[in-house]
Amino acid sequence: MTEHRSDPALRTKDAGGSDPLDREVIHRDEAADRTGDWAETTLEAKAAGPDIEEASLWSDAWRSLRKNPFFIVGALLLAVFLVMAVFPQLFTDVDPRECDLARSAEGPSAAAWFGYDVQGCDYYANVVYGARVSVTIGFLAMLGTLAIGVLVGSLAGYYGGWIDSVLARITDIFYGLPLILGAFILLSVLPERGVVEVSLALIVFGWMTSMRLVRSTVVSVKEADYVQAARALGAPTRRILVRHILPNAIAPVLVYSTIFIGTLIAAEATLTFLGIGLQLPEISWGLQINSAQNRLRDAAHLIFFPSLFLSLTVLSFILIGDALRDALDPKLR
Amino acid sequence: MIPTSTALSQTPSSPAPLPGAPVLEVEDLSVEFRTPKGVVRAVNGISYEVNPGETVAILGESGSGKSVSVQAVMGILDSPPGFVTGGRVLFEGRDLLGASAEEQRAVRGPGISMIFQDALSSLNPVFTVGHQIAEMFRAHQGTSRKEAKEAAIELLDRVRIPAARERVNAYPHQFSGGMRQRVMIAMALALNPKVLIADEPTTALDVTVQAQIMELLKDLQRDTGMGLLLITHDLGVVNEVADRVLVMYAGNVVETGTVDEVFSDPSHPYTEGLMASVPAVEDKGKRLQPIVGTPPDLSRIPPGCSFHPRCPRRVLEGAPPGKNCQDDIPLLLPVGTAGRASACHYRKEVLRARSAGTPA
Amino acid sequence: MGRYVARRLLLTIPVLIGASFLIFAMVYALPGDPIRALAGDRPLSPAVQAALRDEYNLDDPLWLQYAKYVWGLLQLDFGTDFSGREVWDIIERRLPVTAKLALAAVIFEALIGLAAGILAGIRRGSFFDNLVLVTTTLIVSIPVFVLGFVAQYLFGLRIPIFPTSGIRDGWYSYLLPGLVLASLSLAYVARLTRTSLAENLRQDYVRTARAKGLKPSVVIGKHTLRNSLIPVVTFIGADIGALMGGAIVTETIFNIPGLGRAVYDAVLRQEGAVVVGIVTLFVFFYIFFNLVVDILYALLDPRIRYD
Repeated sequence: MTEHRSDPALRTKDAGGSDPLDREVIHRDEAADRTGDWAETTLEAKAAGPDIEEASLWSDAWRSLRKNPFFIVGALLLAVFLVMAVFPQLFTDVDPRECDLARSAEGPSAAAWFGYDVQGCDYYANVVYGARVSVTIGFLAMLGTLAIGVLVGSLAGYYGGWIDSVLARITDIFYGLPLILGAFILLSVLPERGVVEVSLALIVFGWMTSMRLVRSTVVSVKEADYVQAARALGAPTRRILVRHILPNAIAPVLVYSTIFIGTLIAAEATLTFLGIGLQLPEISWGLQINSAQNRLRDAAHLIFFPSLFLSLTVLSFILIGDALRDALDPKLR
Repeated sequence: MIPTSTALSQTPSSPAPLPGAPVLEVEDLSVEFRTPKGVVRAVNGISYEVNPGETVAILGESGSGKSVSVQAVMGILDSPPGFVTGGRVLFEGRDLLGASAEEQRAVRGPGISMIFQDALSSLNPVFTVGHQIAEMFRAHQGTSRKEAKEAAIELLDRVRIPAARERVNAYPHQFSGGMRQRVMIAMALALNPKVLIADEPTTALDVTVQAQIMELLKDLQRDTGMGLLLITHDLGVVNEVADRVLVMYAGNVVETGTVDEVFSDPSHPYTEGLMASVPAVEDKGKRLQPIVGTPPDLSRIPPGCSFHPRCPRRVLEGAPPGKNCQDDIPLLLPVGTAGRASACHYRKEVLRARSAGTPA
Repeated sequence: MGRYVARRLLLTIPVLIGASFLIFAMVYALPGDPIRALAGDRPLSPAVQAALRDEYNLDDPLWLQYAKYVWGLLQLDFGTDFSGREVWDIIERRLPVTAKLALAAVIFEALIGLAAGILAGIRRGSFFDNLVLVTTTLIVSIPVFVLGFVAQYLFGLRIPIFPTSGIRDGWYSYLLPGLVLASLSLAYVARLTRTSLAENLRQDYVRTARAKGLKPSVVIGKHTLRNSLIPVVTFIGADIGALMGGAIVTETIFNIPGLGRAVYDAVLRQEGAVVVGIVTLFVFFYIFFNLVVDILYALLDPRIRYD
C-alpha cells in the first residue's frame, strides 16, 4: 500500500447526480466507480435506511464477523500489536538502547532472537519498540483525515451547488498528488520531522477518499423523507447532519478507515525509509530498514524482522477492514 | 434453409410430433435451493403439459415457485444453490433433464424459448439489439453476420417496432419499456420455438402497453402455432389470454383446469380467495376481501395443507380421517368436469358452495 | 462526444493549475531558506545571494513567482537546476526510463491481474479463488519498498536471475522493478475483476444469454466478461498515470535513473525547480490518463451519455 493508489476496494460511487459537473470530476476513482464495482455502493444503499435496519445491519455484521476466520486472525494480530505499542515491556525486558558495537549486525541466536543491529543493540527489543510510532501515526493520521473528510464532505454534500463544485475541484487537486509523493515533498520543507509532522503530512494528502464517502452518503440521504421531516420540524442544520445524516456514513467510513490505517502505517514507513520521515533517535521500523538497506547481502535479518512486523501490522488492519466490508455488505456474502 | 426464411417461416421447421401430443410435458418436477440457512423447497412435484397452439398460465404470488419451475424447465436454474431434485421435463417426448448439457443447450432457442419480466436488465446493455437478436441465428445456425442482421431487422418488423432498419443498431437503453419487451420477444421468436415461456412479460409495463404486448404475443402464437407458457400473478392477463391455468401456492399446484371453469367456479379456497380479492364490475359497492396472512416461508412450509393457516375453510377439529388440514397433505385430485383438479380435502364442498353462493 | 471532450479538457485546467500551485507553494513558500539550502555548507557572499534571489524571483510575492513560472512553462521553460542544467533536459532524458518502467508494470498488472481475477471470479469459492484472495491480501499488506527488498533478495541474491540495480541490461532490467511497481495494482486488478465478474454473472442478461442456448464459453467470454471488464480496463488505464507518480519508491530501491529517482534526489538537495517541474508533469500525466479513461469509458459502455 505504499505507493499510494486509491484503493478500488474503497471506492465510493459518487452519488452526486445533482451536480452536473460531477461527470467532469477528474479522478481515477471514478473510472471504476460508475458501475459501482466494489462493495461500497450497496453498502451505502443498505446503510441509507432507517434506524431499525441499522440495528439489524450491525447485529448481522457481528454475527458474520465472529465466524470469519480472516477477521479472527486480523483481530488477534491487531491485539498483539496494540499491546506491543502500549506496553513493549511485556514483550521484552531488554533495553533497546543498550548497545555494544562488538556485536554489530550479529545474526539471530538463542540469546538474541532477532540478532543485533549495526550498533550492536538487541534487535528484537528494537523491533518491538518500533510498533509504538507506527500505530500512533496510523491512528493519528486516520483521525485527522476522518475529521477533514467528515467536515468537508458534509459541507459539500449538504449544501451542494457552488460550494460542492469548489470543494470537489479542491479534492481533485489533492488527488492529483499521490500520498507518498505529496507527503514526501511537504516533509522535505519542514524543519522538524517527528510523529506530529509525519502525521500532518499524511493527513494533508490523505483526506480525500473519506471526504468523498461522506459526501456521497450525505447526498444520497439528504432528500430522504425522514430528513425532510426533521427539516420541516425546524431542526437546525447541524443537528440534522449529526443526528440524521451522518450516522448513515458510519458503515462505509468505518470499513475505509480501518483499511486506511494500514495504508498510513505503510506510508509512514516508506517515507521514513526514504529518509524524509521520522529521524533518529526515534525507534521505528522504517528507520531500521533504512539503516540496514545496504546490508541485504550480509545481514538480511536486519531488513527481514522490521519488514515482517510492519507487514503483519498492515495486514491486521486490512484483514479486519475486508471482513467488515463483507459483513456489512450482505450482497457479497 | 436460409435464415431469413427461417425467421419468417410460419411452419415448424422440423417434423411435428403426433398431432395432439403435448409439445412440453412436465412430470412431478421438484426444485430446492440449498442455502446456508437451510434447504428451501421451492417446487414440490408439479406436473403439467403444454400443447401446440395452447396457452397455459401458471398463476401465483411471488415466492410460489412459479418462476423457479420454468427456470428448471429451461435448464437455466442457478446451480448452486438451485437443484432439480426430481421429475422429468419432456420436450417432444425427450427428457431434457436426463439429456447432456449440449443437447439441452440445442433445445434452448429453437425448441423452447423464454422472455423475462424486466427487459432492460435482461438484455445485455453493451450490445445493440440487432446484435443480440442476430446472435440467435449465428449461434444456432452459423448464419453469416450480414444475413443474421437482415433476419433481425425482419424480426423487429414482425414485432411491430417502427423503423426497424434504423433501430436495429440501437442499444437496449435507447428503447422504451414496451419496445424493449418487443425486442425480447423478437429475440425469443427468432428460431420459431415450439414453446415460448413468458415469465411475467408485462409486469414491468404500463397498463396500456401491457395490453399491446399480450395482443402481440397472441397474434404471434396464432401465426406460429407455438405453445405459450405464461407465468404471471395477474389474474386479468390469465383471464384474457390463457386456455388453461395452474394455480400455484408454496411450491405446489393447488388447482388446475380451464380458465373459464377455475375462475368462475374455484374448487380451492386459495383460488377462491384470489377471485374475491379482485374488483369485478358486478361486485361494485361490495368490499374486496383480501386473503388474510402472508405467503409461507418456503424453508418452513406449514405441515398438512400449506395453505391451512390462511384458509377460511380449514377443518381442524373433528375432521374426517385423513382430511385434517393441519396434518394431512391434500393431493391434487380430480374434481368437477374432466381435466379439473384441486389439492383441497374439501374441493367438492368448495366447488358446490361457490356455485350455490354466487350464481354466475 | 467532441464537445464533451472539449469541456473535459477545459475543466482539467483549474485542477492542473491548482495542483501545480500546491506543489509550488510547498516548495517555495514554506519555512526554510531555499538559498541556504541551495548553498549547502558553502558560505555565500551577500552579492551572490542577491543575484540568486533575483534569478529565482525569490523576492516577488508567491503568486507573482508562480505566474512567472507558469509563463515559463507555457514556453516549455521548466527553469534550471542549481548547476544551470535545464530541467527540461532532465525530463527529456529521464521520461523514457520511467515510461518504460510504467509500461512494464501495466503489462504485468493487466496480464497477471486479469488472468487471476477471471479464473477466481468464474469459480468462486474454489481453491484457486481462495488462493487469489489470500495472495492479494498479502501483497496489499506488504509495503512496496519491502516487496522490493524481497524481490531483490530472492531473484537477485538467492536465485540470481534478474538484475537488481540500474538499467544496463535494457528491457531485462525493467522486469523485476516493473513487477514490484505493479504488485499493488495487480492485486487490485485481480480483486476488481473477480468481484466484477461474480457480480455480472448474477445479472439478468447472463440468464438471458443462457436461455438463448449460447455456449457456456460465449455466455461467460462474451456476455459476462465484456461488461465485467469495463471497470477493470478503466482502472488500468487511469493507473498508468498513477504508476508514473508512484515510481519514486521503486526507482529509488532499484537505482533506476528515471523521473521518480530524479524527484527523490532533487527533494533531498532542495532543488525546487526540478521538484516542481517533474511533479507537475506527474500531475499532468495523471490527469491526462484520467481523461483518456473517461473517453474510453464512453466507448466501452453505451449507456454513458455525455451530452
